[in-house]
Amino acid sequence: MIELRDVSKRYGDVEVLHPTTLRLGRGVSVLLGPSGSGKSTILRLLTGLATPSSGEVCLWGQTVSPGTIGSLRRRLGYVIQEGGLFPHLTAADNVALAARYFGWDEGRVNARLVELCALTHLPADVLARYPAQLSGGQRQRVGLMRALMPGPELLLLDEPLGALDPMIRAELRADLLEIVRRLGQTVVLVTHDLAEAAFFADRVVLLRDGGVVQQGTMADLVERPADPFVTRFIGAQSGPFVPGARPEGAR
Amino acid sequence: MRIRRAGVLPIAVAALLTSCTTAPDEVRVGSKKFTESVILGEILAQMERAAGVAAGHRAQLGGTQILWHALLAGDIDMYPEYTGTIRADILHLATGAPEASLREALARHGVAMSGSLGFEDRYALGMKARDAARLGVRSLSDLRAHPKLRLGFSEEFLNRPDGWPAVRTRYRLPQADIRPLDHDLAYRALAAGDIDAMDLYTTDAEIPYYDMVVLDDDLQVFPDYHAVVLYRLDLAQRAPAALRAVRDLEGGIKAEEMRRLNGRVKLERVPERAAAADFLAATLQIAQEPAAEGRARRVGRAVAEHLSLVAASLVTAVVVAIPLGIAAARRRRLGTAILALAGVVQTIPTLALLVLLIPVLGIGAAPAVAALFLYSVLPIVVNTMAGLAGIPASLLESADVLGLSRRARLYKVELPLASPSILAGVQTAAVINVGTATLGALIGAGGLGQPILTGIRLDDMRLILEGAVPAALLALIVQALFAWLSRGLVPRGLRLRPES
Repeated sequence: MIELRDVSKRYGDVEVLHPTTLRLGRGVSVLLGPSGSGKSTILRLLTGLATPSSGEVCLWGQTVSPGTIGSLRRRLGYVIQEGGLFPHLTAADNVALAARYFGWDEGRVNARLVELCALTHLPADVLARYPAQLSGGQRQRVGLMRALMPGPELLLLDEPLGALDPMIRAELRADLLEIVRRLGQTVVLVTHDLAEAAFFADRVVLLRDGGVVQQGTMADLVERPADPFVTRFIGAQSGPFVPGARPEGAR
Repeated sequence: MRIRRAGVLPIAVAALLTSCTTAPDEVRVGSKKFTESVILGEILAQMERAAGVAAGHRAQLGGTQILWHALLAGDIDMYPEYTGTIRADILHLATGAPEASLREALARHGVAMSGSLGFEDRYALGMKARDAARLGVRSLSDLRAHPKLRLGFSEEFLNRPDGWPAVRTRYRLPQADIRPLDHDLAYRALAAGDIDAMDLYTTDAEIPYYDMVVLDDDLQVFPDYHAVVLYRLDLAQRAPAALRAVRDLEGGIKAEEMRRLNGRVKLERVPERAAAADFLAATLQIAQEPAAEGRARRVGRAVAEHLSLVAASLVTAVVVAIPLGIAAARRRRLGTAILALAGVVQTIPTLALLVLLIPVLGIGAAPAVAALFLYSVLPIVVNTMAGLAGIPASLLESADVLGLSRRARLYKVELPLASPSILAGVQTAAVINVGTATLGALIGAGGLGQPILTGIRLDDMRLILEGAVPAALLALIVQALFAWLSRGLVPRGLRLRPES
C-alpha cells in the first residue's frame, strides 16, 4: 500500500502539487493528465527524488525520508521515458548494476537475467550490446528489466511508451500489460495518453493543474464525470472510443 | 577503480622532486642567460674545482631577480654581477651611490661583493658604422636630430631606471618607434636593417663582428658596470677555499680579454666550458678539464629532464584537479571560486610565475614543476566539471532510484561518463606542459629548453633544433599516447554512435 497524506510540493512560489491525499494498492493505477498536471511530481515524490513541501509520503507504512529512502528504494523499480540506460554499460551490466552493488553473486545475477529475458521477450544476445546499439523498443525492455531485477514490490513507470513509434508501441504495450498482470504487484503508470490509460488501468487518477480531479475506473470517468474538465479531457482524445472496455484485440 | 590506484602517486612525485632539488655540490655558482655571464660562471666553477672545492655551475638562469633570489635562498652561493645592476636593480640605490654603501646594503642581506674582476660592461647604444657615418651620429646627443630612427631594445633595458628611461629623459630623445627585442635577436635585426640602433654591452663580441660603433655617452648617463662576484657571506665559514679562488680572479680579466672570450663562444662556437678552460690555462696556469658530454648523451639527458618535469607536474595535477573538479561540479559557489582562481593563475606569464615561486621553492626542477602543475590544473578542473555537468539528470536519477550511494554513483556512473571530457582535459594540460616546460631552463630546471636557450643566445640553429625538434616530437607522442589511453580508459559504450 502506498499513500500520499496531504502532500504538496512547491518550487519557489509555484505549487506544482496542491495538498493531495491518495492511496494506491495492488493492480495498475494510472496517473493521467495533461503536462503540468502534477502526475510526474507524484512519481518523483514516491521515489524520493523530490521531497514534499508539506504532508508525508508513506510506502508500506514507512514515511519516505532521507533515513528510510535507501531501504525503500530497494523495494521499488522505476522505468523512465527513454529507459534512462547508462550508455557506458552493456544492457546486461545496466540491468545487473544495482544487484552487483548490493552484493549478489554472479550465479544469482545470471539466473535472474535469464528469467527477465524470458519475461520481457528480449533475445538473450541483445544483452551484450550497448544502449547505442539497441532499438527504442529494446531499450525500453532493458529499462524494464533493470527495474524488475531486484523483484520490486512497487513498479513505477513514467511514460514508458512515450518515445516509441506506433508499431513498436503496440507490441511493447501488449507485452507490458502481460508482464504487470503476471507480476500482480502494485504498479503506478504515468501517462498523458487516454488510450494508454484505458489499456492499462485498473484504476485511473485524473489530474489537472496540480490536483486530483477524479479517481475511479475508466468507466466511472466516462459515465460519471465529476467535472466538465473530465468530459473535455476524454472527449478531446477519445474519437471512436469504447468506454470502459479493455481492447482485448490488441493482444 | 583506476582513481584509487592514484593514491601512491603523490609520494612518488614528492620523491622525484626531492631528488631533483638536492645537489651534492659544496659550492654552487650561478650565471645569467647571456654568454658573458655563462663564461664567467664557468671560469668561477672551474677555478673552484681547481682549488679543490666541489663546485657546480647552474648556467643561464633567467635574469637578475631570479639569480638574486636564488642567492638569498641559498640555492646558489655566488654569481657574476655588475655594480650598476646591483645599485639600480637589486638595492634600488641612487645612481651616484658609492661602493661602500653598496657593500653595506648587501651585507644586510648576508651577501658580499668581490673587487672588480678587471673590466666594465656598461650599457651603451650602438649603430652600424655605415649608418652612423651617413647620418653623422657620433654621440647619444646626436640622436636627437633623427626622430625617425627605429630602436630595438631588450626588455630589461627598456624598463630599468638606468636604461632607456634615463637616456631618453637626459638626452631628450624623440624616437617613438621602439621595439622590445631579445638582445641576441636585436643584433640580427640590426644586421638585416629592421632596426637602426640598439642597446648593447660594451664587451659584446658582435660590436666588431657586425662593424658597429658604440655611441659616445657624452652626458654620462650610464653608470659604472664593473664586473664583480656576489657571494653569500656564510661562504667564509662554509668553504673558505672557495673565497680564495674568487680573490684570485679579481682584476684578472681585462675588457679586451672578455670581448675575445665572448667572441670565441658566440662567433666561433667554442663551448663556454672550453673557452673558460683555455683562458684559465693561459692566464692562471690552471689545468684543463675534460671535454663535455657528446650530443646524443646531451639530448638524451635533456629529454629525460623534460619528461620528468612534465610527468611530475601532470601526475600531481591529475591527482589534485580531478577531485577539485568533482567538488566544483557539486557545489556551484566553490566551483566558481576554483575556476576564478585557476583562471587567474593561467594569466600569470610563465616567467613571472617562476620568479614568484623562487622565494618559496628555490631554483631548479621544483619551481618549474610547481608552475607546470598550476598551469595544468585549470584545463583538468574545467573539463572534469564540464564532463560531470553534462551528464543528463535522468541518468543520475536512475542511479539514485536504483539505490546507489553517492559514492557508488560517482565511481560507477558519473566518472565513467565524464571520462572522455576528463581525459581531453589531461591531454590539453600535457601538451601545454611539454611546450611550457622549455621555459624551465630559465630557472635551472634543465630540459629541452636548455639547448633552445643556448641556441638563441649563440645564434646556433643546430642547438635550437636540438631542443625544438625533440620537444615537437614529444608533443606528438603525447597526442598519440592519449589517443591510445582513451581506448583503454573511455568505456566502449561511449565510443559508439547511436544506430538510429
